[in-house]
Amino acid sequence: MTEVSVAKEDVAATGELVVLKNVNKHFGALHVLQDIDLTIARGEVVVVIGPSGSGKSTLCRTINRLETIDSGTIAIDGKPLPAEGKALAKLRADVGMVFQSFNLFAHKTVLENVMLGQIKVRKTDKKKAEEKARSLLDRVGVGSQAEKYPAQLSGGQQQRVAIARALAMDPKVMLFDEPTSALDPEMINEVLEVMQQLARDGMTMIVVTHEMGFARSAANRVVFMADGKIVEEAVPDQFFSNPRSDRAKDFLSKILHH
Amino acid sequence: MFDFLEGYDVLGAFWTTVQLTVISAVGSLIWGTLLAAMRVSPVPLMRGFGTAYVNIVRNIPLTVIIVFTSLGLADIFGVTMGSGDFDVRGFRLAVLGFVAYTAAFVCEAIRSGINTVPVGQAEAARAIGLSFSQTLRLIVLPQAFRSVIGPLANVLIALTKNTTVAAAIGVAEAATLMKTMIENEAQTLLIGVVFALGFVVLTLPTGLFLGWLSKRLAVKR
Repeated sequence: MTEVSVAKEDVAATGELVVLKNVNKHFGALHVLQDIDLTIARGEVVVVIGPSGSGKSTLCRTINRLETIDSGTIAIDGKPLPAEGKALAKLRADVGMVFQSFNLFAHKTVLENVMLGQIKVRKTDKKKAEEKARSLLDRVGVGSQAEKYPAQLSGGQQQRVAIARALAMDPKVMLFDEPTSALDPEMINEVLEVMQQLARDGMTMIVVTHEMGFARSAANRVVFMADGKIVEEAVPDQFFSNPRSDRAKDFLSKILHH
Repeated sequence: MFDFLEGYDVLGAFWTTVQLTVISAVGSLIWGTLLAAMRVSPVPLMRGFGTAYVNIVRNIPLTVIIVFTSLGLADIFGVTMGSGDFDVRGFRLAVLGFVAYTAAFVCEAIRSGINTVPVGQAEAARAIGLSFSQTLRLIVLPQAFRSVIGPLANVLIALTKNTTVAAAIGVAEAATLMKTMIENEAQTLLIGVVFALGFVVLTLPTGLFLGWLSKRLAVKR
């Protein structure tokens, strides 16, 4: 009996967590996502890279339905994305999202930012929520800023708070939409370090980024997008040293040699 | 010099003005917020209602609305607002009219405030699983209100002065008393000055206080 249940857990631990099938989306005449098929396994870290306008941010945002899709299916943990309403809110609570522009709630303190979702969505009691928020803030290295307002923090600190806010919901998967693109260069590493740690802890992550170093060191798989299509998928070493497609070769030659 | 004030309850009349203002302000703030929520809601029927309401009501002269509450609602449709007493009924009908009218302006002020809140704030709220109404109540409206305290102060000052229209249906507020006094006393100019000053005393501190509050509560980004 014990063995059977262990085996079951193993299946769950290696199962498919996010499955996109034949996803299409248009912005007016622009076909931003074209027949996207992508499967992300539990515990996997997938980095999505590609030139601007390739649809990678849009792809990231469709996974918690901040962008709707025109056709195809997206399923998370075996359940298809619900339409607007309570079911969708419930699903979003299980999908952490970190934005390029941080989007911390400007009228609430750092601590309140991390507590809000726990109290209002998870219905955790205030004391427990505060304990958890403080420990998460310590974990991302901004524990001492808990009582401040977002505008009083540096970009790097704000983004780390945003990561803590997402983690407070105990998400099954974390989406990062260009988390370091709005940061001053000296602040990028402090955010990447937190993300590296998260990856090592086994969090399932989908990261849209231009940080090739992060892709090399933390990703299990690199997805290269161009013009709304997934052009190439490979493990980082293979992708960076020996890209198969011309489009990827061209992209890498432009960003890696200087 | 101010003998003409004897025998008139000027303070009492202004007290009625204050009561009209405060009750109508609270009512129109609530109704105006609900209207603003309708105007940004994802439900087309609600959006349509909110838009139609604002565009119709704010374009009707206030006097027409106030007179309608008395001659229309009360006399024709028998709406007595829970009181047979003429004065109480008139007061309540006037409040109803002021709320209906002022809410249209409150709604538009708040809606412009909602537009100042970056869209990312609502996206982040939805991304942690907050519902539409939670997002509006906890994230968007608190920030929207802070950015429109100034415009809302204008609406409140306008409302304070607009309460004089209640004189048209015989509510015993400041303007009604002024009319009576001007009919009975010789010092018409002084009477005018006294009542004008009375309103300035009411509205000036309101404007100054809300201006200060608006600076204090401004959301830093």
